[in-house]
Amino acid sequence: MNALYSVLVVLALVLAGLAGGRVEAGRAVLTLAVPYAALAIFLVGFFARVLRWAWVPVPFHIPTTCGQQKALAWIKPSKVDNPSSRWGVFARMAAEILLFRSLFRNNRARMAEKRLILGESKYLWLGALAFHWALLLIQLRHLRLFIEPVPAWIDGLERLDSFFQVGAPQIYLSDVIVLAALAYLLYRRFRDPAVRFISLFTDYFALFLLLGVAVSGVLMRYFVRVDILSVKQFALSLAAFHPIDPSTLNPLFLAHLLLVCTLAAYFPFSKLMHMGGVFLSPTRNLANDSRRRRHVNPWNYPVKKHTYAEWEEEFRDKLKAAGIPLEADDAGNARTN
Amino acid sequence: MRDRIWIIAGLALFAVVVTAPFWSERTPAKDLTKVPNLVLPVNQKDCVAPVSYMRASHMVLLLRWREEAVRQGQRRYVAFDGKVYDKSLTKTCLGCHNKEQFCDRCHTYAGVSGPYCWNCHNQPQTNVAGISPRSMP
Repeated sequence: MNALYSVLVVLALVLAGLAGGRVEAGRAVLTLAVPYAALAIFLVGFFARVLRWAWVPVPFHIPTTCGQQKALAWIKPSKVDNPSSRWGVFARMAAEILLFRSLFRNNRARMAEKRLILGESKYLWLGALAFHWALLLIQLRHLRLFIEPVPAWIDGLERLDSFFQVGAPQIYLSDVIVLAALAYLLYRRFRDPAVRFISLFTDYFALFLLLGVAVSGVLMRYFVRVDILSVKQFALSLAAFHPIDPSTLNPLFLAHLLLVCTLAAYFPFSKLMHMGGVFLSPTRNLANDSRRRRHVNPWNYPVKKHTYAEWEEEFRDKLKAAGIPLEADDAGNARTN
Repeated sequence: MRDRIWIIAGLALFAVVVTAPFWSERTPAKDLTKVPNLVLPVNQKDCVAPVSYMRASHMVLLLRWREEAVRQGQRRYVAFDGKVYDKSLTKTCLGCHNKEQFCDRCHTYAGVSGPYCWNCHNQPQTNVAGISPRSMP
């Protein structure tokens, strides 16, 4: 049901883009109000969310340990998976952000012939890694539409991405990879009943929205080709705050634009915020030195204490009379048995 | 608490990167919306297909021509208006258009550096003199 609702919402957005592209007022809203509003919501929302996290107190180091802790000199520590230094933390964060180390550790339990079998499960890691890197490449490639003259490194990325020179326009590897990865990530949610049970509307919506963006982009490049000159002209005019008359823009492009704007505006309120949140994971970005270094709770207040020694001193006579053994003798020295 | 400065620095860097298109322009704002100044042929009024089709899909036509001319030996192309052309990049397209003043200008502008036309073809030298500048409408 969640999947169906999210498909319907994405389809409604596509139809709104296509229909809006055919009337003048719709074009004006889609090309002026929507992109600027979406960018503003994205930036302000992103900042507000991360700053809210920045004010959450993290009094103690609580790293989840995934390797041997630094201990005695003759025990080899796991410097990256259980870091004790800042550089170790840096390496672990880099591995997490660039290579998805945690997902690589994913495993799977299943029953076979009444025996529990634990095994590695790398498909989620592979799908996620392929999707994120392809998406990054696609976003960097899109800069060719926003920057004039096009920097040489973006041309280089474009040549690298169309390395195999298949067809015209040449097929981008990142387009193929992003579609395949999104299809797998969606299939994964449908395949396993347990995963399907815990999948919410937002899980499907993010996937279908990204699929919508990718499919409309692929359609625009390979099938219903749009005039790229007017698209770049429009993108540059947006960046220069001098928006042009959008009458030459294809409705399919406006649908693509509306989907992207929806994604940007939805971003700060959704699980997609893991983009910023991954940097603030306390179990990843803190060194496991809680035994070697004393971490004092910064908002500790003086607690009124009444120790056992003081309590024994207070009731010394009564305890003695009752024949209860005491820990300290009359002079206050601890008794050694 | 001590890390707040790093979080804020990271956010500032993120904002700088995200808004790159807004501040990185090296061209004056009034020139940004100009399309490339293309030099159109003076000796011909019509192309092998309508302008709107050629703008968006010329690469498809070229690829089909290559397939049919090089691999199937069919060189006769009947255009949308009934005129007959030779399926040839060098003779037909470059007979009117100039690579540097026509193809490259849009390709550089749109960042389409890919096409491998020029691995085999080059600009014939004969017709360059016959072209005079005329801006695209």
